Amino acid sequence: MKAAIVVFPGINRDRDMAIALEKCSGRTPRMVWHKETDLEGVDLVVIPGGFSYGDYLRCGAMAAQSPVMGAIRAHAARGGHILGVCNGFQILTEAGLLPGALLRNANLRFLSMDCHLRVERADTDFTSRYQTGAVFRSPMAHGDGNYFADDATLERLEGENHVAFRYVTLTGEPTASANRNGSARNIAGIYSANLRILGLMPHPEDLVDPLMGGTDGKPLFDGISAALSDTLAA
Amino acid sequence: MAKDVNQALAREFGLSADEYARVLDIMGRTPSLTELGIFSVMWSEHCSYKSSRVWLKTLPTTAPWVIHGPGENAGVVDIGEGLAAIFKMESHNHPSFIEPYQGAATGVGGILRDVFTMGARPIANLNALRFGDPKLPRTKRIVDGVVRGIGGYGNCVGVPTVGGEINFHPAYNGNPLVNAMTVGIAARDKIFLSAAAGIGNPVVYVGSKTGRDGIHGATMASAEFGKDSEEKRPTVQVGDPFTEKLLIEACLELMATDAIVAIQDMGAAGLTSSSVEMAGKGGVGIELDLDAVPQRETHMTAYEMMLSESQERMLIVVKPERREMAQAIFEKWDLDFAVIGHLTDTGRIVVKHNGTVEADIPLDPLAEQAPLYHRPIAETPKRPSLGPVVDTAGLGAALETLIACPDLASRSWVWDQYDSTVGGQTVKRPGASDAAIVKLEGRARALALTTDCTPRYVLADPEAGGAQAVAEAWRNITATGARPLAITDNMNFANPEKPEIMGQFAAAIRGMAAACVALDFPVVSGNVSLYNETEGRPILPTPAIGGLGVLEDAAQAVGVALTPGLDLVLVGSTAGWLGQSLWLREIAGREDGPPPPVDLAAERFNGDFVRGQILQGHVRACHDCSDGGLLVAIAEMTMAGTAGARLLPGPAGVAPHAFWFGEDQGRYILAVPDAAAVLQAAAFAGVPAIRLGESNAGDLTLPDGTTMSVAALRSANERFFRAWMDEPGQA
Repeated sequence: MKAAIVVFPGINRDRDMAIALEKCSGRTPRMVWHKETDLEGVDLVVIPGGFSYGDYLRCGAMAAQSPVMGAIRAHAARGGHILGVCNGFQILTEAGLLPGALLRNANLRFLSMDCHLRVERADTDFTSRYQTGAVFRSPMAHGDGNYFADDATLERLEGENHVAFRYVTLTGEPTASANRNGSARNIAGIYSANLRILGLMPHPEDLVDPLMGGTDGKPLFDGISAALSDTLAA
Repeated sequence: MAKDVNQALAREFGLSADEYARVLDIMGRTPSLTELGIFSVMWSEHCSYKSSRVWLKTLPTTAPWVIHGPGENAGVVDIGEGLAAIFKMESHNHPSFIEPYQGAATGVGGILRDVFTMGARPIANLNALRFGDPKLPRTKRIVDGVVRGIGGYGNCVGVPTVGGEINFHPAYNGNPLVNAMTVGIAARDKIFLSAAAGIGNPVVYVGSKTGRDGIHGATMASAEFGKDSEEKRPTVQVGDPFTEKLLIEACLELMATDAIVAIQDMGAAGLTSSSVEMAGKGGVGIELDLDAVPQRETHMTAYEMMLSESQERMLIVVKPERREMAQAIFEKWDLDFAVIGHLTDTGRIVVKHNGTVEADIPLDPLAEQAPLYHRPIAETPKRPSLGPVVDTAGLGAALETLIACPDLASRSWVWDQYDSTVGGQTVKRPGASDAAIVKLEGRARALALTTDCTPRYVLADPEAGGAQAVAEAWRNITATGARPLAITDNMNFANPEKPEIMGQFAAAIRGMAAACVALDFPVVSGNVSLYNETEGRPILPTPAIGGLGVLEDAAQAVGVALTPGLDLVLVGSTAGWLGQSLWLREIAGREDGPPPPVDLAAERFNGDFVRGQILQGHVRACHDCSDGGLLVAIAEMTMAGTAGARLLPGPAGVAPHAFWFGEDQGRYILAVPDAAAVLQAAAFAGVPAIRLGESNAGDLTLPDGTTMSVAALRSANERFFRAWMDEPGQA
């Protein structure tokens, strides 16, 4: 799998993501500066977390207008895979590549803690190493992770099974207390219609090493690495 | 700004009559307004350390692993494998009182720049915070603003905030303390210093544009607060962490080349102190053309530009042949890059603006004739011993009260607003271990980091309290298995012109120095914040210590979380010292007696034994005994983990409440699979150790039979902050 990590000014989890991708895929990802416009030959485009443009104006709004976004849209149009985490998820919604928006957390505070995520479907290229309904732990760290979409969009996401992950309790219940940021229907991550674009708020890339407290996030990167290696071999 | 320069104006700028006379003597004429401004900030307490220098010089600052001690932007220690850790702690107390969010945020920004200006990538932030009485609405507002400010800045720049401490005391009602610490990593042979060199070399300004914010901030930080402090709000700077992040990346990119001769951040007193210090250290002159300074506002005067404390700016002396390449790097990051002057052989700082010389000052006298005071000191009288104190509460009720009190309540409400995992190297997050553990990317090696001080001890006995602060930092690092290397200190005290305050300062330094020597734990950087009093009410003397240690293999680190099926062993001896304990304050309602003595030989001996046991793999969890004593420490281990514990009665001869809540120093609780082996090793080493009980999958059972569920303890421990901050109707 050839992965590229897009670096906008203010992105700060680019190194974390590079470490996780390298650990799971065995290949060093290419770091792509936001002023570059060529993503030729890339299997997976990753937009990592951080504060692109300081989150000024609105999280992800300015990055969505950056030169590299043309190449990312083209990659999406080719049916390429894209992973957006945290600020990356916000950027994908601002760019219109995923539906909905990320609002301020319901309690209006930054939230940095572990959360538990339920895998809503295990038949995508991202989640094949999890079981459907499996609960895994992930760090999260954001001020604007409160997923919002209008009812029609939410119904469509649910009906077409495009919800990727939900905030749940340890035992898999999508309760209000497990939903710290106040997201609609406990949604932590969603897919595009072709299931090749995944956006999520938490940071599984920070939990791929037992030393850091666990490897719950590793199957996500193992899964996508394996899926795209197969593509390449075929 | 057409003010007449005279003694009255000098006084307004914080210069005494003597100091102004010295300015006249150096200049041989009446200084211009800009010159007076430069003298006043360079000779402010904040920049000149005029009251503290004579005492700071007595601190031990060397060890074989120390690469740069105090005097540089931050301290530098060798951590092995060709790497250096660069770290410092700095206060932003006064601004945080006036404008908590921006005061705290720019405190974090400032200390980050002190570290990356030396070539280090920042890998961790910590802090040490002191607030007033939680019952006051103002305290709540300040805590909320400071926590948001620290998070707002640190989270955005992408440096994990991994540790810190918080105390509450009415002495901080009008003067909270916000001390921020940054730790960075660099190759040990690629450290950047600030001494300018090369006559004719260009002086480059990079970063944010200059505005009118923060003018005279250093002077504000050098005076007591009065009722009008709120009016000083305009002197608080505004932080832009996004620009700081760009500045970090651009500077590190430039540092990977050979373009830099010298580099210095613009901190307190902005362009003035950075240019004066760089030229002064290098023994050269400097000429600045302020017309070239990137400006955010129009019609700024030379005085305003020289004294502005606008954030996120650096001054760099570059090799002339590398100027274009350097400029390209900063343009890539969309940051201003402007040549604003050059080095000269005149030994003077010359400042030009609109074709006029606005300042022309000889640098040597500005530095060498800076005031230095041997302020009178009055020793703090020794507190009479406490005498017997009867227990009216019982163990269980006292424990429940203690773990719920503001000083011991869980800080998770605070940590939950700090990104502690960004970077992907945080092995032990806040609360998981006595010192935070942050691994070095791509290596097994890790750093252990902590901040510590027990101000009530320092108030009661500044010398013992100073020693205790250093010893506790050493102990917290030791309790993870790491080897303590060095400290940074942040000396927060009240008005040094009062002999009793200066006495506190001198005695605290004595105690710290003794502990540093005994524990091989030198001071490599630091900061002094004086005049921390409002309307004549002094803060508790607070020499906050930031400690750094190294662990060769991060996998060896132990935390505090208890698991079932282990023996609990106490290392260190317990006399049952209740003087200045939290039990005495919270249960008996008294703040008196002398603080626990610190036996530095025992401290070293006990700690070296504990570290050895951890590194030999005999220890599953370890926690030092500090605030609240033994029983609180055990309760903390159960709350952090997945286990309860059954405790044995303490030794005969010590009253139960004194044994379980006394704050004797130099003690650790070890959770081990085999107590017999550890006790035998302790006996062999001559270290006092006893078995306290064992952990289990159930409740916490006290020696008097009281049983408490760990879930109930946790809920009591969590209540304070969440109720105070998140529930409506709280003060």
